[in-house]
Amino acid sequence: MPAIFADRITKVFGRGETEVVALKDASIEVESGELVALMGPSGSGKTTLLRAISLIDPPTSGRLIMLAGEPVYENDRVLVDDRRLRREKMGIIFQSYNLIPFLTVAENVALVLTLNGVSLREAMRRARALLVQLDLARRADVHPATLSGGEQQRLAVARAVVNDPAVILADEPTASLDTQRGKAVMDLLRRLGRERKAAVIAVTHDERMIEGFDRVYHMIDGRIDRSWRPAQPVIDGRWVVGPTGGYEHA
Amino acid sequence: MNLAVRDVRYRLGRFLLTAVGLGLLMATVMAMGGIYRGLVVEALSIVQAPGADLWIVQKDTNGPFAETSRVPDDLYRVIRAVPGVQEASPIVFQSLQFRVGPKPFRVQLIGYRLGALGMPLAVAAGRPIIRSRYEMLVGRDAGLAVGTEIKIGRLVFTVVGLTEGIVSNAGDPVAFVSLQDGQEIQFLKANEAVRNDRARLDSASQATPALRDVPAEALRPIVQNTHLANAILVRLQPGADAVEVARRIERWNYYRALTTAEQEQVLAESVIDRGRRQTLLFRAILLVVSVVIIALIIYTMTLEKTRDIATLKVVGAPDRAIAGLILQEALTLGLLGYATGAILISGTYQYFPRRVVVTAFDQSVLLGIVILICVAASLVGIWKALRVDPTTALGGGA
Repeated sequence: MPAIFADRITKVFGRGETEVVALKDASIEVESGELVALMGPSGSGKTTLLRAISLIDPPTSGRLIMLAGEPVYENDRVLVDDRRLRREKMGIIFQSYNLIPFLTVAENVALVLTLNGVSLREAMRRARALLVQLDLARRADVHPATLSGGEQQRLAVARAVVNDPAVILADEPTASLDTQRGKAVMDLLRRLGRERKAAVIAVTHDERMIEGFDRVYHMIDGRIDRSWRPAQPVIDGRWVVGPTGGYEHA
Repeated sequence: MNLAVRDVRYRLGRFLLTAVGLGLLMATVMAMGGIYRGLVVEALSIVQAPGADLWIVQKDTNGPFAETSRVPDDLYRVIRAVPGVQEASPIVFQSLQFRVGPKPFRVQLIGYRLGALGMPLAVAAGRPIIRSRYEMLVGRDAGLAVGTEIKIGRLVFTVVGLTEGIVSNAGDPVAFVSLQDGQEIQFLKANEAVRNDRARLDSASQATPALRDVPAEALRPIVQNTHLANAILVRLQPGADAVEVARRIERWNYYRALTTAEQEQVLAESVIDRGRRQTLLFRAILLVVSVVIIALIIYTMTLEKTRDIATLKVVGAPDRAIAGLILQEALTLGLLGYATGAILISGTYQYFPRRVVVTAFDQSVLLGIVILICVAASLVGIWKALRVDPTTALGGGA
């Protein structure tokens, strides 16, 4: 059973004449330790799907199963404490970083741990250790507003992974960065995802950023129109060469 | 991790400025409460200062503070004989204004029998009055020094001592003189007035057959009588029932006898009633304004954090963590504002022109109200925060 199993997810905004179908029967599967990129043009439903999977903005219909357990969403109902699920099992990275401005860099990272009941002292110790890995140790005691864009995004990644989440969701994590810094953040995300065996979904519209990802889902008009494995060879005939030169699910 | 402490620390300057602003508002509320209390305490001080149990005043009047009251000054001898009375003494009151150099002074003059009821219980500087004429004690509030000479009408007084803590119901300082001096100031007519009254009396007696044969000299004291007082102060024997003695005096001596409590009631419910209610109403309005301002500040503080709250929700912070952030900040702001106000008022109340009485009870009640306001306002903020859509934290895109 995959770590994330989103089955025929539909999301409708508004009603009647103002009704907009943002997602239409979108289904994806992500295994533990698998890195998945979600691509597509603006307005294709990538972010909406990510929000639906994180239960930040639950779907209108469909079924969502997390970590091979019971459904967390089914038949128009959220079946779990969504915030508990997010703080215990998920790490989320935002396009605009969304760091807490009044917490220091180390406190931003430690916050998720303390919300999960880890003592402040232990949380700060673990946060500082992670910041060393991400080359942010010397900025540990300043506030996020004093960091550069790349540093802020690395901090957002640190916050997302500090709790060893089973699922990491990243919404356009490189959109606010230049190519070099964007690649660095993606590399970091890939490395941490692999090390921690997390199921990673990263939304991006930049094909240069998907290097090293296990699978790519392409969306258009709220649907997943195709998926492929960009760096994997044909194994059993189910994969064909896709438009980017990688392999596409047949 | 205490989010409120960290948020306050991050926005410390702004938070402290808000708290100081709130503190100024709190100080105003406290001052208004103190002014209200001071008004009542000042008004009652003149009734309470002599330590009398009963006030004997002119029949059908409410006593010297509310109306004109005149009684013979020797009435105290009769009253002293009433069962239950330990001591009785005449007293005169008069509001007057005099000048020392170019500066006008307004005082409540009290004339008392030396060594008897009505004398000031303490002299803060100088000495008590020991001569029966032309010596004066003045309230320290008047700003006159011991040794100052004061001319009132034809009389010249020397300030021999200063008193503290007693003022009139208008807030004027008191001045004590001997009974005889007080009577002369209030009742002694000018020579011209005496001559006119005598001529009027002579004319009236000639027109009245029954008085035609009475020598004019026998009638002349009628026009110049200073043996009057505004009230007789009475101290009762231990265990005597004040109401019973008062009713007995009213029944047999044809004067009105007010207990000190009744005299206080006359002052509080009629003489200073409008001023008291005006101050009370203004105090209530100020409190309502404070409630609204505190509520708005806390609500605005919550609105400013909408995105942070949304982010907290996205990373999985439970409602209690978000509610704690808002409630703790609201309480910190309220308590800091209250403390600032308390410090301000405790350092400035003595400079108000009239007495400001800040009581521990009033301060405790205000503290309770501030805490209640903060909790109530933060509940509105919490309600708003819990309704914040977590997607607010996320960027656009679909």
